[in-house]
Amino acid sequence: MFNKLIPQNKTTRVISGFGLLAFLLWIISDITITTATPGAEFKLMLAGLLHPQWPPLTELAHAILQTISYALLGVTLAATGGFLLSLIFHLKIVRVACASLRAVHELFWGLLLIQLFGLQPLTGLLAIAIPYTGILAKIYAEIRQEAHHRHKPHLPHNCSVFSRFLYADWPLIKTDFTNYTLYRFECGLRSGTILGFIGLPTLGFQLESAFMQGHYADVTGLLFIFYGLIATIHWWGQFKFWPIYLSAAVYYLWPDISFSSSDLNWLLEQITPTPWREINNNFGNWFYPIISEQLLPGLWNTLVTGQIALVLSAGLALILYPLLSNHFGNSTTRLMGNLSLVIMRSTPELILGFALLILWGPSLLPAIIALAIHNGAIIGHLTGHHSNNIPLRPDAPKGINRYSYEITPRVFNQFLIFTFYRWEVIMRESALLGILGLHTLGFFIDSAFESFRLDVALILIIASAALNIGVDSAGRVLRQYLHLPKYRVIG
Amino acid sequence: MYKIIFIFIVAVLAAAPVQAQSLVFTAIPDNDETRLIQRFSKVADYLSSKLGITVKYIPVKSYPAAVTAFRHNQVQLAWFGGLTGVQARRLTPGAIAIAQGYEDTKFKSYFIAHSSTNLTQSEHLSSKLSGKTIIFGSKSSTSGRLMPEFYIREQFKIAPDQFFSRIGFSGNHSRTIALVQSGAYQVGAVNYQVWEQELANGKIDRSKVDIIWATPEYPDYHWTVRGDLDAQWGEGFTSRLRQTILDINDAEILATFPRSSFVPANNEDYHMIETSARIIGTLD
Repeated sequence: MFNKLIPQNKTTRVISGFGLLAFLLWIISDITITTATPGAEFKLMLAGLLHPQWPPLTELAHAILQTISYALLGVTLAATGGFLLSLIFHLKIVRVACASLRAVHELFWGLLLIQLFGLQPLTGLLAIAIPYTGILAKIYAEIRQEAHHRHKPHLPHNCSVFSRFLYADWPLIKTDFTNYTLYRFECGLRSGTILGFIGLPTLGFQLESAFMQGHYADVTGLLFIFYGLIATIHWWGQFKFWPIYLSAAVYYLWPDISFSSSDLNWLLEQITPTPWREINNNFGNWFYPIISEQLLPGLWNTLVTGQIALVLSAGLALILYPLLSNHFGNSTTRLMGNLSLVIMRSTPELILGFALLILWGPSLLPAIIALAIHNGAIIGHLTGHHSNNIPLRPDAPKGINRYSYEITPRVFNQFLIFTFYRWEVIMRESALLGILGLHTLGFFIDSAFESFRLDVALILIIASAALNIGVDSAGRVLRQYLHLPKYRVIG
Repeated sequence: MYKIIFIFIVAVLAAAPVQAQSLVFTAIPDNDETRLIQRFSKVADYLSSKLGITVKYIPVKSYPAAVTAFRHNQVQLAWFGGLTGVQARRLTPGAIAIAQGYEDTKFKSYFIAHSSTNLTQSEHLSSKLSGKTIIFGSKSSTSGRLMPEFYIREQFKIAPDQFFSRIGFSGNHSRTIALVQSGAYQVGAVNYQVWEQELANGKIDRSKVDIIWATPEYPDYHWTVRGDLDAQWGEGFTSRLRQTILDINDAEILATFPRSSFVPANNEDYHMIETSARIIGTLD
């Protein structure tokens, strides 16, 4: 009898499974609005939104220069490292290492590196460079592999690796390489900004301070600057300017860079579990409370947040994508759609989450909605652009029929690929949003760093990395189950 | 475009920090975290002129970041809270507390509550608090977390997460007040000075949020220096620095902290903070 309830179609099965799970989790978990009188604060936010303000120019200039410098140097290092690793990406150990590097959020890398280097540029640029190396190595390897398939039949057998790369690979992959690297630079600006939340002197530093004090006019002003930087990046961020920028960034940051090897020893000692450092200490007594009081609740809340946010993001994306698809509306609606999607996806999730937390009070809800808005806009953006490649018959249906029976079914597989790709990212960000005080893994990681228990922090970071790697492979399994083509996603 | 790049480069050259041997200090004030550079540069200028060396201020976002910068010798002098000072000295052998604010010899925290709880000011923490939601300040704040949690445990013999239905950390005192005022949390623990100041600034509506209990007094904010200052700036530098701080009587500078004056302090003054931190489990 229950067999009838299980849908025949595999895609329907997977989607209803995810939907049902999210629904159940929503019911049993901690999702409420606890504020009794949030109206006054909301009015203050609105007033701030309408009257943006800016900090003094010198402070602002420094914050912007720091943000750009971290992103620039971090991405350059990551591109170099990622390129070298992509050459040996067929080795399993390299693939596993890269997966682990990118499974840890850049802010967690930042928290760890602050302990090693203190507050200085090395912390910021390595917090970006390390996870990005893992990402870029994978993407570069995939791009190269595709090119291989295309030219393999045409090359002589005795062709040297060097000439093959220079004359066969490079011309084919050049555009993809540069496009992706520039896209990563944009991500680097975002990462650089939010690194300010943990104390590096970037735009995020000022953003968080303004937010904390309730100076919403300053928050708005700083966000405008951030959107401006991102929106004009194709103009000022072109590769031909990079050599100049890079030398300027090195010159600018160099005086603050320092490192002593005793710091490394100190860090290694601190991340060694306490019971192993002290002779008469029982490992179990130390370890089990961490598991039961921090790791398991943290993992659970991260999973709940991530799963619900994934389903909501997907739903939102399906609503949003027509806003920028050529098959719907006119040029004005598309321009407005594009603009709102840019704002939705460029606003860092931490900031969105922060604002919602103030309005709704603490539960998983602010994190879930912040993640849904941010990721829904990204998936919607990718799906919308993809739909533009679909040719329509002259007698194609119009309006809601075109949406329901023509375009949506035809972009659906691609939309699923984008969504599964975002799954891991959403999970990583669910963990991170704990920094705001919601009890996902990030909360416990942040608390461990606050009380300088680096051994505990490391265990929790490893747990969050394992979760991301698990979700990544679950996504792969589901893609195979649904026979979705392997497709590189830029986003 | 090239013009703009040129301007960018000039900006970088102008903005690049000058490297010189200077004393670097940081301070996280308990009330206003914005425009820090502007406000604390005056303190840096004052110290420079009195000590005859370059003193620089760097803004630091959070307590743990300040402690870490101190340990790495990126900061040699720091205005720490009670608990963060203890943490910093544990992680930095040789570091000593040299002065505290006059107000910090007898600091206290207020427990505040939203009007819907019907809680009123009392002699002791009311047992009606059980099952309510509570918001602390930053996780390593002395007045916003450590001492309030200590007194909760002392009174009710139970950990806060078992006593209250929900616990949050706002990250800062103004935010704590805002969160209780909006009703996001029913109860909050806050630095008494910030409360008084926000009250004076008209940001508090006492029909919505009010004090329900004041903690006993404890020592809080203080100046801590690294132990190797004399080695770098000559014998007696640390005591000269201490005297310079104690001598500050410029109203504008004192208002930055905000304190009425500075008085001597030493590591032993913070024993009770350390013990309390052990009891609530933030120190091992």
